[in-house]
Amino acid sequence: MSFTVPAKLEAEIDELITHYPADKKRSASLMLLHALQEHFGWLSKDAIEWTATKLGLQPINVFELVTFYPMFRQQPAGKYVIKVCRTLSCALGGSGKLHEHFCTKLGLDAHAHGLQTSKDGKFSVEFVECLASCGTAPVMMCNEEFYEGVSHAKADEILGKCG
Amino acid sequence: MPQQFRLILKNVDAAGFTNDIDCYMRNGGYETLKKALAIAPKDLPDGKKMSPQEQLRDDVKLSGLRGRGGAGFSCGLKWSFVDRRSGKPIYLICNADESEPGTFKDRQIIHKDPHQLIEGMIISCFANDVKLAYIYIRGEFPEGARILNRALNEARAKNFLGKNILGSGQDIEIHVHRGAGAYICGEETGLIESLEGKRPYPRIKPPYFPAILGLWMCPTIVNNVETLCHVKHIVQMGAAEYAKLGTPNNTGTRIVSLSGHVKKPGYYEIEVGKVTLGELINHPDFGGGLLDGRKLKAIIPGGSSSKVLKAGEKFKLKKKGPDGKDIEQETDVLDLPYDFDSLMAAGTMSGSSAVIVIDDSADVVEVLANISEFYAHESCGQCTPCREGSLWMSKTLHRLTHGGGRKGDADYLVKIADNIPGGRTICAFGEACSWPVQSFVGKFKEDFVARGAADEAKRGGIDASHSKAVAPVSAT
Ligand SMILES: Cc1cc2nc3c(=O)[nH]c(=O)nc-3n(C[C@H](O)[C@H](O)[C@H](O)COP(=O)(O)O)c2cc1C
Ligand code: SF4
Ligand code: FES
Repeated sequence: MSFTVPAKLEAEIDELITHYPADKKRSASLMLLHALQEHFGWLSKDAIEWTATKLGLQPINVFELVTFYPMFRQQPAGKYVIKVCRTLSCALGGSGKLHEHFCTKLGLDAHAHGLQTSKDGKFSVEFVECLASCGTAPVMMCNEEFYEGVSHAKADEILGKCG
Repeated sequence: MPQQFRLILKNVDAAGFTNDIDCYMRNGGYETLKKALAIAPKDLPDGKKMSPQEQLRDDVKLSGLRGRGGAGFSCGLKWSFVDRRSGKPIYLICNADESEPGTFKDRQIIHKDPHQLIEGMIISCFANDVKLAYIYIRGEFPEGARILNRALNEARAKNFLGKNILGSGQDIEIHVHRGAGAYICGEETGLIESLEGKRPYPRIKPPYFPAILGLWMCPTIVNNVETLCHVKHIVQMGAAEYAKLGTPNNTGTRIVSLSGHVKKPGYYEIEVGKVTLGELINHPDFGGGLLDGRKLKAIIPGGSSSKVLKAGEKFKLKKKGPDGKDIEQETDVLDLPYDFDSLMAAGTMSGSSAVIVIDDSADVVEVLANISEFYAHESCGQCTPCREGSLWMSKTLHRLTHGGGRKGDADYLVKIADNIPGGRTICAFGEACSWPVQSFVGKFKEDFVARGAADEAKRGGIDASHSKAVAPVSAT
């Protein structure tokens, strides 16, 4: 299967590259990877190679970013990715229980490490580090939406909204 | 009476204030930029001329502004280190990574008053002959990035950005660059590597001081979001007026992020040094006290990297006596003025000004285990003491909190922590991961020893736990 980037997305990507000096295209790597992951949901080998070619880099230059930065994924995730903050202020505010609540509801293992996806492929749940909203603990994100002061009732509401 | 002082947060949460450029301009927005661009060269007594840029940089120095990102370094001094003779372009980067646990102040500015930051950045660019600047925003702020991009477009449309801004002959451009979830991107040289499209491995200093060899090996200024907002106010008020805010050597205002076990967590802007830690926690205008029936156990005063303070701790602080001579005064932890120097004198730091309050419902062993897990996850892995040390501290704390602890773990933790910082690592993350361990175990040793001893007693000895609770990396 060949990898194609829709023309509209490629135009956006070409615009992003202009944000950096012409001989410093490599700097655009993270922005390109974000754009591709937002569109495709994850970063395939083809996406990585496409990025490298676009920026005049070796695939390893891009691959080493995807393996380092926690936000990038090399495999598909659920349609909705739930990120619960694990760090101190949220932990003091009950984020451990919140994470467990999601896992129980979705049939996942609250003690497993890393991102887990529900059987139907709809939801993924993971712990992330401090989301910079520690005053409204516990906090979480569902895809790009951000939620604060998340009670278990609010958590159920969030799940319910996901179509 | 301790009180809030809203300089940076003036518009944030104000009734009717929205984050678009029209609202900002109705409230005096971009007038300070116009003022800065209109500054005339000044004649000096010796016949030389001082350029508008030099005057602005001088103002920032005179204001006493110290960086709000973590280290509290003089902003004026930092700007004066910039290599202006290399002939290379000079870059400015706004550090909007906001990733120090406990910190949520830059988020408020970015979301609710983005133009204040942009105006501060344009003035800072002008003052430092910068033509191209970036806002490095953490990847988990997608909404913040969208808001900033929209605000930058609005500023471009009004010619506050772009070519020949407001007819001044200056070309200035700012772009948003998103990170992707790594804490180490907050460290300025890691940030620069990341902005260059690489793994964010911090660079060794010397020689890679950003002011000389920064972004693309060009002179570069990295400042925190809040710091750059202060620049706007310094130019607006004048350096002398600004320096009247706060206390000597700790001028201006500062946004404190208050979280943990208080009734009213939140962001509170204060004049630096005019409010004490105790007031931040207990005063009705701030944290409003602990939850009912709870007692204070500990305070993390400046983000999770800062050394913890214990309830009831006393410090000797130097103060000016009535005769002007320095006297030493015994000060309770709650009476420490919240500023850079007092917290340093108390053996810790104000760091990113994130105060995390811990009451007696929490177990300090669990708290430290949570903190150390963060550092084990976030070490970039370049330096052996940091990579291995942060992991071993976290593993040891994991066994202590999962039934596999030992009496000797407290000493073991301190031994590891003592061998990480102090010039053995490339960046200050080495300190950041050790300080919590050194201070928590140092100040609450009995809790750690008791936990390990109880585990040992339950197992009937050390050995039973060994292979189960802590699997060495190489053995799996
Ligand atoms: C491990 C580590 C993480 C840091 N994270 C941040 C951060 O998230 N935001 C920030 O502004 N500064 C952070 N800093 C401080 C920056 O390196 C730098 O000192 C700061 O951005 C300079 O800006 P200022 O002088 O305006 O404070 C961090 C430093 C270290 C060592
Ligand atoms: S001290 Fe730690 S975070 Fe800093 S460069 Fe070394 S390994 Fe990386
Ligand atoms: S600790 Fe959860 S947002 Fe900071």
